[in-house]
Amino acid sequence: MPLILFFSLFIISCGPKDADIKASVDKAIQVDNGMAGITSSVTDGVVTLSGECDSEASKAKCTDLAKSVKGVKSVINNCTVQMPVQVSPDDRLRQNLTDATKDHPGVTASVSDGVVTLTGNISRANLAKLMKSVNDLQPKKVQNQLTIK
Amino acid sequence: MSLKEKYKQLIDAATDSGMNVREQDNVLYINGEATNGATKDNLWNIYGQIDPDFRASDVVMDVNVNDTMAGTKVKVNTDKSNLNIRKGPGTDQPIVGKAAKDEMVTLISKSNDQWWLVRTDAGEEGYAYAEYLS
Repeated sequence: MPLILFFSLFIISCGPKDADIKASVDKAIQVDNGMAGITSSVTDGVVTLSGECDSEASKAKCTDLAKSVKGVKSVINNCTVQMPVQVSPDDRLRQNLTDATKDHPGVTASVSDGVVTLTGNISRANLAKLMKSVNDLQPKKVQNQLTIK
Repeated sequence: MSLKEKYKQLIDAATDSGMNVREQDNVLYINGEATNGATKDNLWNIYGQIDPDFRASDVVMDVNVNDTMAGTKVKVNTDKSNLNIRKGPGTDQPIVGKAAKDEMVTLISKSNDQWWLVRTDAGEEGYAYAEYLS
């Protein structure tokens, strides 16, 4: 009987505590978008972080933020660093689009903030070919408004 | 439907081929180096089955085929016309030579993903649009 009492006290004292720590950690690390994809789990005061950070700096910051939470004994940071997607500057996209659309006379390409918009006409046979060469230029997005003939 | 569900088949094939797949601002980005052209064609075929008109504006797939080395011969694969060889990398550059469809030219170097420096057997040297070389 004393043993059961001991265990039930143990569970009561530990269970909610980890959950409280998790709530505090989650609140602490949700400070900027670079950490938006991170989740935490807590076992006996040990915090494990997983997900994707957008830089080594934000990963390190996450560890620090989690450590600063009361009750945290240690932090295991399993986050992977994913750099933001590389997008070509507009002037380079424009230059390269001139080359990519040269052999598709019915096609006009415009660029704004990395987004390429294709207008005009194209044959279905040439559509995939054009899309491949436009995608290869590292745009942010390709808006295909072409009429496919 | 999420991008991950919509493009599951494409994501699986791309991952199997060693591509980097990620989602940012509701666009799926797939990029990496393919060891041959068939890998790139396969991914584009799968993409084309899911979005035949490529209209959804939610995928950017930049697959670089890396099976041609400097010093090797590459084939001109234009539809029917000659391939322009230019003084510099860009269609604004003057044409210094031409290579016929199916002609084999020597790849000297890859200036960038779009323009390769080549030399014809006739000795003409300059930049050609990489899409037409394989």
